[in-house]
Amino acid sequence: MASAPIVVDRAGKFEKVCGILNRFARRPAGLIPILQAIQHEYQYLPEEVLTYVATSLDVPPARVFGVATFYAHFALEPKGKHVIRICDGTACHVKQSLPVLNALRQKLGTTEKSKTTADMMFTVETVACLGACGLAPVIVIDEQVHGQITPERAVALVDDIQAQEASLQTAPAVPAEQPLAEECND
Amino acid sequence: MNQIIQPTLTIDGQTVAIEGERNLLELVRKANIDLPTFCYHSELSVYGACRLCLVQVEGRGIMGACSTPPEPGLKIQTSTPQIREIRRIAVELLLANHDQSCPTCPRSANCQLQILAQRLGVKKVRFKSVLQPAPLDESSPSLVRDPNKCVLCGDCVRMCWEIQGIGAIDFTHRGHEVSVQPAFGKQLGDVECVNCGQCASVCPTGALTIKSEVDQVWDLLADPSETVIVQIAPAVRVGLGECFGLKPGEITTGRIVAALKHLGFDQIYDTSFAADLTVIEEGTEFLERKKAGGHLPMFTSCCPGWVKYAEQYFPELLPNLSTCRSPQAMFGSLVKAMLPDQLKVERKNLKVVAIMPCTAKKFEAQRPEMAVNGDPDVDHVLTTQELAHMIQSAGIIFDSLQPESFDMPFGFYTGAGVIFGNSGGVMEAVLRYAAEKVTGKKLDQVEFQQVRGDSGLREATIMVDGSELRLAIVHGLRNARVVAEQVRAGKSHYDLIEVMACPGGCVGGAGQPVSTSRDSRALRTKGLYHADKMLQLHKSQDNVFITECYAKFLGDIGGEKAHHLLHTTYQSRRRISDESLPLMQSQAEDKLKVSVCLGTNCFLKGSQDVLNGVLRYAERSGLEGRLDVRAGFCFEKCESGPTVMIGGEHVHHCTAARAIEVLNSKIESDNPGHAVDENPGCTGTD
Repeated sequence: MASAPIVVDRAGKFEKVCGILNRFARRPAGLIPILQAIQHEYQYLPEEVLTYVATSLDVPPARVFGVATFYAHFALEPKGKHVIRICDGTACHVKQSLPVLNALRQKLGTTEKSKTTADMMFTVETVACLGACGLAPVIVIDEQVHGQITPERAVALVDDIQAQEASLQTAPAVPAEQPLAEECND
Repeated sequence: MNQIIQPTLTIDGQTVAIEGERNLLELVRKANIDLPTFCYHSELSVYGACRLCLVQVEGRGIMGACSTPPEPGLKIQTSTPQIREIRRIAVELLLANHDQSCPTCPRSANCQLQILAQRLGVKKVRFKSVLQPAPLDESSPSLVRDPNKCVLCGDCVRMCWEIQGIGAIDFTHRGHEVSVQPAFGKQLGDVECVNCGQCASVCPTGALTIKSEVDQVWDLLADPSETVIVQIAPAVRVGLGECFGLKPGEITTGRIVAALKHLGFDQIYDTSFAADLTVIEEGTEFLERKKAGGHLPMFTSCCPGWVKYAEQYFPELLPNLSTCRSPQAMFGSLVKAMLPDQLKVERKNLKVVAIMPCTAKKFEAQRPEMAVNGDPDVDHVLTTQELAHMIQSAGIIFDSLQPESFDMPFGFYTGAGVIFGNSGGVMEAVLRYAAEKVTGKKLDQVEFQQVRGDSGLREATIMVDGSELRLAIVHGLRNARVVAEQVRAGKSHYDLIEVMACPGGCVGGAGQPVSTSRDSRALRTKGLYHADKMLQLHKSQDNVFITECYAKFLGDIGGEKAHHLLHTTYQSRRRISDESLPLMQSQAEDKLKVSVCLGTNCFLKGSQDVLNGVLRYAERSGLEGRLDVRAGFCFEKCESGPTVMIGGEHVHHCTAARAIEVLNSKIESDNPGHAVDENPGCTGTD
């Protein structure tokens, strides 16, 4: 697999994990918000981090895994830099969301099973309902909602992002993530 | 005076008294109606998932009997046409999602799903099969997990967590994707499972079964070049009969010996002999620790489930475990040392088969320290259930067998060895030895009623020669954890602690027949105490063959040879395999690998600070390109944690300063003169 294009400050992230665990006083009752916060850091829940969470909360890893797999919100696979969510709830489905999904999958080479592109740039996934049925069909790209989408417009949006990314590659390097002020002291 | 009115309710027209029952299901059963259920076990929490114990409550509708508390005056019907139909649909739906390879399923004879389908008159499954075949998990030495047979009742999950306090398996995913799995979809052999098998003993179907070694034993028996000897654990004699329609607790020792002779074993011995030997060694060890101020309290070490649990969760208490091997292991080690000469066979052609009530014994037999040059002391472990299969397979009519007696000398035992099979038995057997040893007087009253009982956590104080012995007896590993935590915190006042992982001790082991009656455990225990009573000798020190064994072969009790053959060592053990978290990666060819343990034990000793110290130092001193830093999960060196692995070397009792010192010296020795000059800014003190 191609290495992640994003500079991953693993050590900094780990310190953040410690900070998150401390914020919830390492109490098992805080497991779900802890997982949410960790996913916010990593974009997904790495298995080894979950093992560490289990250790520090003194709950079995199987329990943590059970919770992490129960909620659709949690991802156990790394996601791409840009996440595209296609609503396939009833209203969007009726308004032809599947052709949009298929067009995006064809464009990016993703499938039902492998949702993320090999260069870790895009993840294409479906969601049950975004609650924006009046705008059906709807897709969300990186928190930005696009209503009444067509396969052509969806592909054009991806083209735009790819063009932006290409210009970033040629531009001078972006400074790496700043070290965290938050200290881990327990 | 006011008369207290007994509260009652009505079940199928019968008036039934409410006498502290926790739910309607218990009352219905008290009324002698066998309400079907998958997910209700009186010792586990109420789950209410299987929807088979539904009853009609007048004025309220259809409710789950297991999750409805009794109230006076309720009118309950347990078998209306509507309820029967709901139950039938529930079973049909389960069957539509079930691998129906029943004739070849190990649980075929006593599968609850099969029995219920029969009872409810399911002739045909009306729903299309939706089973998505999943692979078998055969990674454990003791158990086989077949996800295709799981009905999601959760009995195994609750048993592992609520009774054993481990939680090696849990529900994962949601909706139609729900399954019961170890963490991260790993296999059972790669996680913290201690092989007690209690999950399999509550599983209503063939989703969790015992890993069979029957075929290998048949092969041994058919091989004329092998001398195959067999040992039978105490609890087997009061359990095996249940597979042949006898009552739980019925003592079938003589018939088992006859059956084993018929099957072709060359010598038939009793693990109770080795239990007598264990009493002598463990009793002596205990008295010596008491006298010399050794590690106390001392924990018993006969139970392989408990030993693995202690290695995983209480590494700092390992010095408190008796170093005695279990009776199964002592037996294997002793006979493989003694018999080759006597029987004129080579060790490699002498095979030891153990018949055990226990699935964890299979794991124990495979421990590398229980072997000589790779040749295991015990070659195969069969559970009580597996022996029953062999007897059935050979067409032996068990009940019609004429009892026979064990071979000598390893078939001779006292009552102390027999009661090893139930909770409190090891303690009592050791007391019978220790009391006599300490006082130097003959002990006439051999029964110690104080240590007997059914509760999972019992205490007793016994006066021996004017001094107090404070004892604890636990079964169920959750209870063991309670006591072990007290010991770890220095709040325990006990001298000796007996631990058995399975509820009730070995009589309730997962290798025993799947229980048909709710009180079978208590009956088996009663059977063992009865067997003790019927024997002429009740104290291990009165076993003449043990005395002879020491005189002619072992030498002194607790002496060098005895230590070599009968004792063992323990090691801290990781709970989960192959997990490490990369935190700083290097592409450099001469990169230095640093791995800081964040397993529970090291974590509690502050390894997280060590890790953060190393990371910050690396950033500060520009070592980022050179270091490959990871968080690991247990290097199995807990006793000297925090442990950090730097360039292949373990650094024990590590602090951040010490780690920095070691990694600088490694870098210096790799490229002399290139060491980082910066002072770590703190001094190592360890």
